[in-house]
Amino acid sequence: MAFIDRTVRSLLLTELLRGMALTFGFMFRPKATINYPYEKGPLSPRFKGEHALRRYPNGEERCIACKLCEATCPAQAITIEAEPRADGSRRTTRYDIDMTKCIYCGLCEEACPVDAIVEGPNFEFATETREELMYDKAKLLSNGDRWEAEIARRLEMDAPYR
Amino acid sequence: MLDLIKWFFATPIGYLVLVLLESLAILVPLLIGVAMLTYVERKVLAAIQLRKGPNVVGPFGLLQPFADAIKMMMKEVVIPTGANRFLFLLAPLLTFTLAMMAWAVMPVGAGWVVADINVGLLYLFAISSLGVYGIVIAGWSSNSKYPLLGALRSAAQMVSYEVSMGFVLVCVLLCVGSLNLSDIVRAQEHLWFFIPLLPMFVVFVISALAETNRAPFDLPEGESEIVAGFMVEYSSMPFGLFFLGEYANMFLMSGLITTLFLGGWLGPFGLWPALGPLWFFLKLCLCLFWFLWARATFPRFRYDQLMRLGWKVFLPLSLVWLVVTATALMVFGWLPNA
Repeated sequence: MAFIDRTVRSLLLTELLRGMALTFGFMFRPKATINYPYEKGPLSPRFKGEHALRRYPNGEERCIACKLCEATCPAQAITIEAEPRADGSRRTTRYDIDMTKCIYCGLCEEACPVDAIVEGPNFEFATETREELMYDKAKLLSNGDRWEAEIARRLEMDAPYR
Repeated sequence: MLDLIKWFFATPIGYLVLVLLESLAILVPLLIGVAMLTYVERKVLAAIQLRKGPNVVGPFGLLQPFADAIKMMMKEVVIPTGANRFLFLLAPLLTFTLAMMAWAVMPVGAGWVVADINVGLLYLFAISSLGVYGIVIAGWSSNSKYPLLGALRSAAQMVSYEVSMGFVLVCVLLCVGSLNLSDIVRAQEHLWFFIPLLPMFVVFVISALAETNRAPFDLPEGESEIVAGFMVEYSSMPFGLFFLGEYANMFLMSGLITTLFLGGWLGPFGLWPALGPLWFFLKLCLCLFWFLWARATFPRFRYDQLMRLGWKVFLPLSLVWLVVTATALMVFGWLPNA
């Protein structure tokens, strides 16, 4: 009986036809494709992208040169030099990130006591030369100015889970 | 004026011109069709895999095949040092030309055929058997391991499946009593042959996949085992010709299925007989869709499974059905020309 059953099933191609019905049905499902440069996928508020140095609302830079990020960076991508400013506050004179070394682990962000260094939502910062990826303080601060609104929104969205 | 044209086409030179024009009238749409098929294939596969497929070049990506063709022609033709240059370049030409030649006898509409010869089916079968040569020559002349293995596989596969396809054709011949393809279509006026010969239709449709080296029988070019089979050493336009030849063969097989089983230019239930070529085209598209659909659905066969299916399933099945058909025709006195 099992033999007949098997033979009939294979001769009538039932399994193959069921497979074909399945693939035919898939033709009418919504596409999974995102038309990338024109459409973009959703990003989590915790997305770790390009770095930025933030400022306080009054324009003062947040970083206090505690060098915790430099110390924690597992790829040793961060270099900081600091000395007291004229008004006596301690600020960095140099804040470099080698983006070719960075592994985007987010530990600098975690270590920062004043939320100065953050990894923003931007991941489209490809460059034509390697040198352009050696970010200095000016570049990081300008990133901060450019993305501040977005970064602040994301920090706020993520705050309940911290 | 009309008389003058008629007189011109009656002269030997005029006849030659007429045949050339007729050939062009079938070849040009065929070539455009082949180009569009590469696009449609990518679209269908994409749709089934929940992707979008080519959509950047031209509206809906419709110009993609032409962009691909330009890219293909710009590439360098690499001929391996150890290769036999003449045969190496002859092989793709052969494959492509044969796939095109076969269309000479295909009736697109009532009377719409370049050569209405009475051995049409025999001619078709001869041409499609010759297709093996293109592949074997390609494999041998490349003077390389994978192409040779791929060519051997391909030759064995095509020959195996041609045997059972031959018996399927004989079944159809028995029912029609003529080798002329137009006669075969006319014999289906009341009942398309895929209904009375359903098992043979299934065998033929599956063998067509094997005959054109399409998935799930695309072992000759099985990229996971032998890189690209007989096409390994080919680049640029010689490769392009193989590629086009494969798609032209799909057209040929679809045309054959349409003519033999789906009633060629006849409309369903005799609807709108004036639309003959359009019916033919629609049925052709249906068959071509089957090729793409099968490719998207089934995983590749193992080589021994392929051979088992050809020799131990299809061959006995078609033989038995041949006897059944012949017996039925004799017993019920349905033999044509009897």
